[in-house]
Amino acid sequence: MKYIGHILAHLRKDLRIEWRSRDSINGMLFFSLLVVVVFSLAFDPTAAVSRQISGGILWVALLFATVTALNQAWTREQNHQVLEAQRMAPAPASALFLGKAIANMLFVLVVEAILAPVFIIFYNLHVLGNAWLLALILPLGTWALVVNGTFFAVLGLRTRNRELLLPLLLLPISLPALLGMVEATTGVLTAQLDPLEINTWITQLAGYDLVFTIVCVLLFETVLNAE
Amino acid sequence: MSRPAILRTVAWLWFLASIVVLVIGFREAIFLVPTDAAQGDAGRIFYYHVPSSMLSLIFPYINFLASLAYLYWRRRDPLKALTSDALALTAAEVTVVYASICLITGSIWGRATWGIWWTWDPRLTSMLLLWLLYVSYLMLRRFSSAGQSQTLAAVLSVFAAVDVPIVYMSIRWWRTQHPAPVFGGGPDSGLDPSMMPAFVWNIAGWAMWGIFIMCFRFALERRRQLAEQEAALSAIEASLETAQ
Repeated sequence: MKYIGHILAHLRKDLRIEWRSRDSINGMLFFSLLVVVVFSLAFDPTAAVSRQISGGILWVALLFATVTALNQAWTREQNHQVLEAQRMAPAPASALFLGKAIANMLFVLVVEAILAPVFIIFYNLHVLGNAWLLALILPLGTWALVVNGTFFAVLGLRTRNRELLLPLLLLPISLPALLGMVEATTGVLTAQLDPLEINTWITQLAGYDLVFTIVCVLLFETVLNAE
Repeated sequence: MSRPAILRTVAWLWFLASIVVLVIGFREAIFLVPTDAAQGDAGRIFYYHVPSSMLSLIFPYINFLASLAYLYWRRRDPLKALTSDALALTAAEVTVVYASICLITGSIWGRATWGIWWTWDPRLTSMLLLWLLYVSYLMLRRFSSAGQSQTLAAVLSVFAAVDVPIVYMSIRWWRTQHPAPVFGGGPDSGLDPSMMPAFVWNIAGWAMWGIFIMCFRFALERRRQLAEQEAALSAIEASLETAQ
């Protein structure tokens, strides 16, 4: 119970800071819109083929937006030595990590909620499969990106070329999750994948989330206190 | 005097022995094995492709175990931790070398036999991802500052070790174009007896070569660590002298 209290305290703090500035969400939103527009120019979005590629484009846009936001995620903590204070605090380090990851997750979900209608209009989409499955795929996929992204952002915190390092580490690790999200989303949008296969991809995504959340929570303290 | 001299002799003998085994393997693979009926001379690349791919799946385990050892000894015994970190680094570098050889020989073979350099087949994709993961591991080591790079790299190695089986499982359902596993596959698997000597000589030679490179690189990394410690020590002594 006390542990959950620590997580909530970190989460409340992050949400309040974000609410005052709205830097991350605005930046992510504009960036992902730009990516969608760029892809619309690069491909012909009115053709029937757009439904085939739209799952991939949606996730690539979200992935890029997440990376840009996560690069900034820990700079707030670094200003005024807040991170040093948190390292010395008696609360468990993994609570800090979980609070930060959940906050980032909420930011990305807000972006998704705004992006999805725009996406449907731009690419002239009709969901042919079970639309409610998207309510399962989107959060699972987002968590897969955010949990590893938050972890690798703190891993790159005290390195040179921090902005470059995060995608270099995050992309190879996330590729299996990315494959699952894109396949499942495209499967739902086109209804060409049979439900059993979509279920396999979703189960796999959930398994990926579970494994990497555990690894992140176990190793976070080591990384935070790496001298 | 005695221990380094013995080590140096052993290293030289090992190096010469692996060269000899590789030469025998080359002669077997290129001149003695009968030409493959289906693939022609392109099939001979098998003796280089398969050993390097098998070895590139073994060295990541050394990297993973050494990283775990580093994380365990990090606070308890810093000197042992430094040794295991050097081992992890060398294993990762050798992994990248062998995985690169595997990918390059594979695409040369693919060009000759399939007519294409690359296809997104599960086994090809998983090998490419293994290569990407260990390249990013080496990148992290280059980008992070001296004091932290060992811990950060060890943590990343754990992630890579978790990711590799997931990659392998997740892309197994894709269409497959790569030949079925030669060993332990279906009832037709296994090598024709005429191919066996060339394969055995080559895998032994490449394994010996890989071990030699790893030990050589390990010794080099240890020297670098010792030099760094000595420099730090003399810097501390110098600062003490100026203070007085």
